[in-house]
Amino acid sequence: MSASPAADAAPARAGVLDAMRCLFVRDLRLALRRRTDTLSALVFFILVASLFPLGVGPELALLRSMAPGVVWVAALLASMLSLGRMFADDHQDGTLEQMLLAACPLPLLVLAKIAAHWLCSGLLLALASPLLALQFDLGAADAGVLLLALLLGTPVLSLVGAVGAALTVGVRGAAVLVPLLVLPLCIPVLIFGAAAVEASRSGMGVAGHFSLLAAFLLLSLVGAPWATAAALRIAVE
Amino acid sequence: MAPLLELRAVACVRGGRTLFTGLDCAVAAGQLLRVQGANGAGKTSLLRMLCGLLPPAQGRILWRGESIADLAEDFGRELVYLGHAAALKDDLNATENLLIACQLGGLAVAPAAARAALQHAGLSGRDRVPARQLSQGQRRRVALARLALAAAAPLWVLDEPFNALDTAAAAWLGGLVTQQLGRGGVVVLTSHQPLALDGLAGQVELLL
Repeated sequence: MSASPAADAAPARAGVLDAMRCLFVRDLRLALRRRTDTLSALVFFILVASLFPLGVGPELALLRSMAPGVVWVAALLASMLSLGRMFADDHQDGTLEQMLLAACPLPLLVLAKIAAHWLCSGLLLALASPLLALQFDLGAADAGVLLLALLLGTPVLSLVGAVGAALTVGVRGAAVLVPLLVLPLCIPVLIFGAAAVEASRSGMGVAGHFSLLAAFLLLSLVGAPWATAAALRIAVE
Repeated sequence: MAPLLELRAVACVRGGRTLFTGLDCAVAAGQLLRVQGANGAGKTSLLRMLCGLLPPAQGRILWRGESIADLAEDFGRELVYLGHAAALKDDLNATENLLIACQLGGLAVAPAAARAALQHAGLSGRDRVPARQLSQGQRRRVALARLALAAAAPLWVLDEPFNALDTAAAAWLGGLVTQQLGRGGVVVLTSHQPLALDGLAGQVELLL
């Protein structure tokens, strides 16, 4: 062991994008190394949505009409599963403090974390949705609309969910509190996401619903990282 | 010489209890600030205030004459804070953990440099092991290895850095701190044990 530092030459400065990419890659790597956590949300999603055809019975017209709502509610619940851990782990092992002291604006770091969270939860749920559409006897076009609606809507769940997760960092019973905080805020996404599929089923235009979902996405993209960052600063005090 | 780090009438209130008030202190380049006090006297709170994690109940903390609250991310580039927790991800190995810590602190470090730093920290051969398999002292060493790469950061804030370290590692850390002071940096630390730095000139002591 020697006292001389390994790199006397000053290392290059890492930019804002470097820090964001590094945190993004770190979270993806963590998700890969803990695959059970990631996959359990997906399995939960498929399982919950599959219970309905079993419980309600094989009446195709009924299944078709309830499919959009059931799949969306299942997606909403499944995405809540991993939200509680979004910042709790970082808080526990001290890496959250390092994020707060980073040389990169906190909202941008939060955005990188949310992006990684979405890739490991929302995106997987959306990609699995055509499979569920089959169970509910939805046509190919309707299944496509469902997939697109979920692709637009699930990032909103991750963004809004991040605010809830940040508010409950270090609070006992956070796992229950987060859904209570976040689910009411996700109702608009649920309504328009399910309505898009419904509109497609009845042959009406879906552009309006998609525009609204995209608007929710933009709004939460602008607001949520800042709100999350502010909540984290308060939580760590 | 103008002080780098300055505390002006800083007060700390935690959970309705006033821990200290009217704390004044000035630390110039190349000086070590040793914070001492009994358990619960507010040492960690003071250190977290110096980093900007905790806003002081009263008073101001200045870095190069500017309030640290206004400096935001620029201050993050100048600062290395090592708290009680080692800030390691259990599922990542030592090298990965060290690289991430450096990147967040604004340093682009090459993996080879990170491995060399871990070697200096006495972790040769353990740099690919997941952090969960490291002992308490080894985890501490991974966190401290960041200091070997952080020559560019003039302010080091270390909370009980000598905890869980064996004598060899304590001597290594003492060397790093001495080097940092020699470069004109500022080191703030808390420690219960009398340490290898006792003989060092230019110490500022702060008793809480």
